[in-house]
Amino acid sequence: MMDVTQQPARRLPRLRHATGFSLARVGALVLRYLYLLRASWPRLFDLIYWPTVQLLMWGFLQIYLAQESGTLAQTVGVLLGSALLWDILFRGQLGFTISFLEEMYSRNLGHLMVSPLRPVELIAALMVMSVIRICIGLLPVTLLAWAYFGFNVYSMGLWLVAFFLNLILTSWAVGLFVCGLLLRYGLGAENIAWSLMFLFMPLACVYYPLAVLPGWLQPISMALAPTHVFEGMRSLLLHGVVRPEMMLSALGLNAIYFAIGALSFAWFHRDARRRGQLLSLGE
Amino acid sequence: MFQLEEDAAIRVVNLVKRYGTVTAVAGISFIVPRGSITGLLGGNGAGKTTTIGMLLGLVLPTSGTIEILGVDMVRHRYRVLPYMNFESPYVEMPLRLTVRQNLTIYGRLYGVDDLKTRIAELTQELDLGSFIDRPTGKLSAGQKTRVSLAKALINKPLVLLLDEPTASLDPDTADWVRGHLQTYCQSYGATMLLASHNMAEVERLCDNVLMTRQGRLVDSGSPAELIHRYGRETMEEVFLDVARGQSVQVGS
Repeated sequence: MMDVTQQPARRLPRLRHATGFSLARVGALVLRYLYLLRASWPRLFDLIYWPTVQLLMWGFLQIYLAQESGTLAQTVGVLLGSALLWDILFRGQLGFTISFLEEMYSRNLGHLMVSPLRPVELIAALMVMSVIRICIGLLPVTLLAWAYFGFNVYSMGLWLVAFFLNLILTSWAVGLFVCGLLLRYGLGAENIAWSLMFLFMPLACVYYPLAVLPGWLQPISMALAPTHVFEGMRSLLLHGVVRPEMMLSALGLNAIYFAIGALSFAWFHRDARRRGQLLSLGE
Repeated sequence: MFQLEEDAAIRVVNLVKRYGTVTAVAGISFIVPRGSITGLLGGNGAGKTTTIGMLLGLVLPTSGTIEILGVDMVRHRYRVLPYMNFESPYVEMPLRLTVRQNLTIYGRLYGVDDLKTRIAELTQELDLGSFIDRPTGKLSAGQKTRVSLAKALINKPLVLLLDEPTASLDPDTADWVRGHLQTYCQSYGATMLLASHNMAEVERLCDNVLMTRQGRLVDSGSPAELIHRYGRETMEEVFLDVARGQSVQVGS
């Protein structure tokens, strides 16, 4: 009997992008999600609907506060800024996770997992989609905030880029962990995908300063990267003071979060393969 | 057990898969020669799906080795996945996307050169023209099967794994699918491993058959050899003998 282990892989005909990371495969998967968005207006509507509702709620609260108290009036930009930055964090994670869930809903993950698409390429495509989804959902809303409520989020300039990068990194780290859970536990873990980010909301000081929290809770809050972002944003909008050290702290924490997210995804993926879960995904 | 002195497309040695205390695959070894069509048969719970899952890299073996086209599937599966493909009626394609969009995406994932031409070829070969721009979810079962087959052939795979490819199809469509698979393998020298419960299909298509029961490989050979060995008239009767534990070992 011929020992096929002695046949080197180079005997296989060469194909484009057969080995290594392939931007073409990432692009193919992004195209798949864009086709899906284009084919479904409810999906597009859903991207814009909730950020708009939230903006209107905080915008009208701003008007009320401005009428009641001149002191409070100066905080209103902060409230709208907080609402918009929170949406980057929340929508970033949802954009990442929902694209993954779409594969489970359509029972297509099996085809993807036996294709040459590597997990790192799948993750890259989910990252791209989370940015695209945020842009579709938030760009019109930021323009509405500017036009109707007089709050220009872009006045934060390059610091907005720093806030965005840090928040999107946190959202990807959480998204990686959630997708790992979905691989391992199937759609039974779907509710976690929708709700996990809300765990951050009270602790990350989205709408109030860190000093409001009890002393024992503050170190826990400071261990969350978004806390540094929201504190930095308040410092910029209320006092005009930039806090680069807070952005660096957030970046350092995000590096740790992202590593944990990627390792947990890899671990859940391997565990799902070991348990045969990938044969029955969606159930 | 057959021992072919031939080049192997798939080589499995002492493959074991345990889920806790349950043994799904209990140390099977086999070879699928290049260019052959091999059937993987067994009743429910025989370990066919788990075996195919391990061959595709979806399931990690507890022990044993799998080599496809000379590549260790457990350690280096991404080297060989571009040369393989898979079709099963139990794994759907995105239903909201049109047939052309689905084929475009999979063509790009598999790095197919001149993709438009390849899609045009498949459209003609599999008669997809009348619904190529319709959403996949709006198609009949037979049309969906043709689309799945087009996806499975998009990269002109050297190794094709099929899990009950004609399940739930009417006899005419099923016969058409079998004919096309046979033509593809002959034209491209491809290797096919086919899990099926349809014994007429196995008799028509397969050069070799692997008979499994309770995670073990209990017999193998060509359909004609097995029918002769068991003293039966059809593969259906052989299947029933094996499923009921009446296997006949070579030399007995």
